[in-house]
Amino acid sequence: MSDMKLTVKVWRQKNNATPGKFETYQVMANEHMSFLEMMDVLNEQLVHEKHQPVAFEHDCREGICGACSMVINGQAHGPLQATTTCQLHMRHFKDGDTITVEPFRAKAFPVIKDLVVDRSALDRVIQSGGFISVNTGQAVDGNSIPIEKDAAVKAFDAATCIGCGACVAACPNGSAMLFTSAKISHLGLLPQGKIEHKNRTLKMVAQMDKEGFGFCSNIGACSAECPKEISLENIARMNRSFIGASLTTGKPE
Amino acid sequence: MSWFTNFLTSSIGKKLLMSLTGLFLILFLKIHLLGNLQLLKDDGGEAFNTYAYFMTHNPLIMVISYGNYFFILLHMLLGLTLWSKNRAAKGQAYAVGNHRDTTWASRNMALLGILILAFIFLHMGDFWWKMKTGQTAVVMYGETEVKDLYTKVAESFKVLWIVVAYLIGLLALAIHLYHGFASAFQTLGLNHSKYTPVIRFIGTAYSILVPLGYAIMPIVFYFFR
Repeated sequence: MSDMKLTVKVWRQKNNATPGKFETYQVMANEHMSFLEMMDVLNEQLVHEKHQPVAFEHDCREGICGACSMVINGQAHGPLQATTTCQLHMRHFKDGDTITVEPFRAKAFPVIKDLVVDRSALDRVIQSGGFISVNTGQAVDGNSIPIEKDAAVKAFDAATCIGCGACVAACPNGSAMLFTSAKISHLGLLPQGKIEHKNRTLKMVAQMDKEGFGFCSNIGACSAECPKEISLENIARMNRSFIGASLTTGKPE
Repeated sequence: MSWFTNFLTSSIGKKLLMSLTGLFLILFLKIHLLGNLQLLKDDGGEAFNTYAYFMTHNPLIMVISYGNYFFILLHMLLGLTLWSKNRAAKGQAYAVGNHRDTTWASRNMALLGILILAFIFLHMGDFWWKMKTGQTAVVMYGETEVKDLYTKVAESFKVLWIVVAYLIGLLALAIHLYHGFASAFQTLGLNHSKYTPVIRFIGTAYSILVPLGYAIMPIVFYFFR
């Protein structure tokens, strides 16, 4: 087990009303730790020194919940492709490295404290999508609704989105279109979600706009930094759904 | 607001307008290039001047050209609005920059657009404005009095700074098109593993060939006429 001595520059900010700044710490870690475990070591050290620990979000630590949210050396979830911060291991860094850790940046993601940002705008986008029409009661038989293989695969790919917001963090425009399009796609491609698809698209896009996210200019940074590698095809699907729905749904009352 | 204004002022609606005006301008570039290549014909400018006369006197072409000016303005104003809104939506920038798998072109469309706009001002000011305000000499072809735009072009392209400014403007256009061409189709919702590689290939070829075609004119006039 090889130990590594790191210099970690962390963004410290008391709350959204106070301006933040970087603080530099020395951390002794080892290559088998995950990035969050390295942050735990730093926090333990800070507590021993009677300082405030660094606030950061984490939950499952196995790459499926979407809670962890750091920008490491300018990349959302760090340098490894298709990997969340919690699944990033220190062996991808070198002894003596300086690592800069910042919160996800976007106007729609205000900083709550240090590295914790308020991502509830994404929850409101999902809520605005409403419901899908399925019968309640006993679980339906597995294959009672036939689904074309291609549609099932694409819907599942979109459904792997864990809603972490790395797309918004990576986007130079602070746009949430990859997230919203993944949510619209994973329901819209399946027969269960087809019924409300048009109105759901209109509502979710309207909510996304209301939250103050930026406009997609097809840069592709979102997909490149997405820990689940959600494809830009979803944004195209959302665009054509939105255009189609705007032109074909009934006039609003 | 009516559903239609709601549609066009939504995030996707605005992007759709950028895409459609962009595609129109892409089409215009090709036609403008094909017409202007007549400058290379070594006939003292008769073919080009006759063509320029037709383009400024045919009612249909005149309607299209005013539509074209309008689309340029719309594309520019909307582009700058989106750019400033996007800067605001991003808020604070990262201390460490990192651009994984993104092109410089895609991140600098507004800057490139402003360079192209400056070029359009120079281009229109030198040729279009001077022609419209009667600062261009005339020649007679048979019975018709035609403005001698060919001689004006030949004079301008003997000035080194104008030639350099044209080449810079065309380079900016090439980089702008490199991202813009494929991006316009993505915004329209056209992205599929079957045809997107074809769109990308055509877009790349277009972004190289069309600006190169334009660049031939100032270079030929500066060095060989």
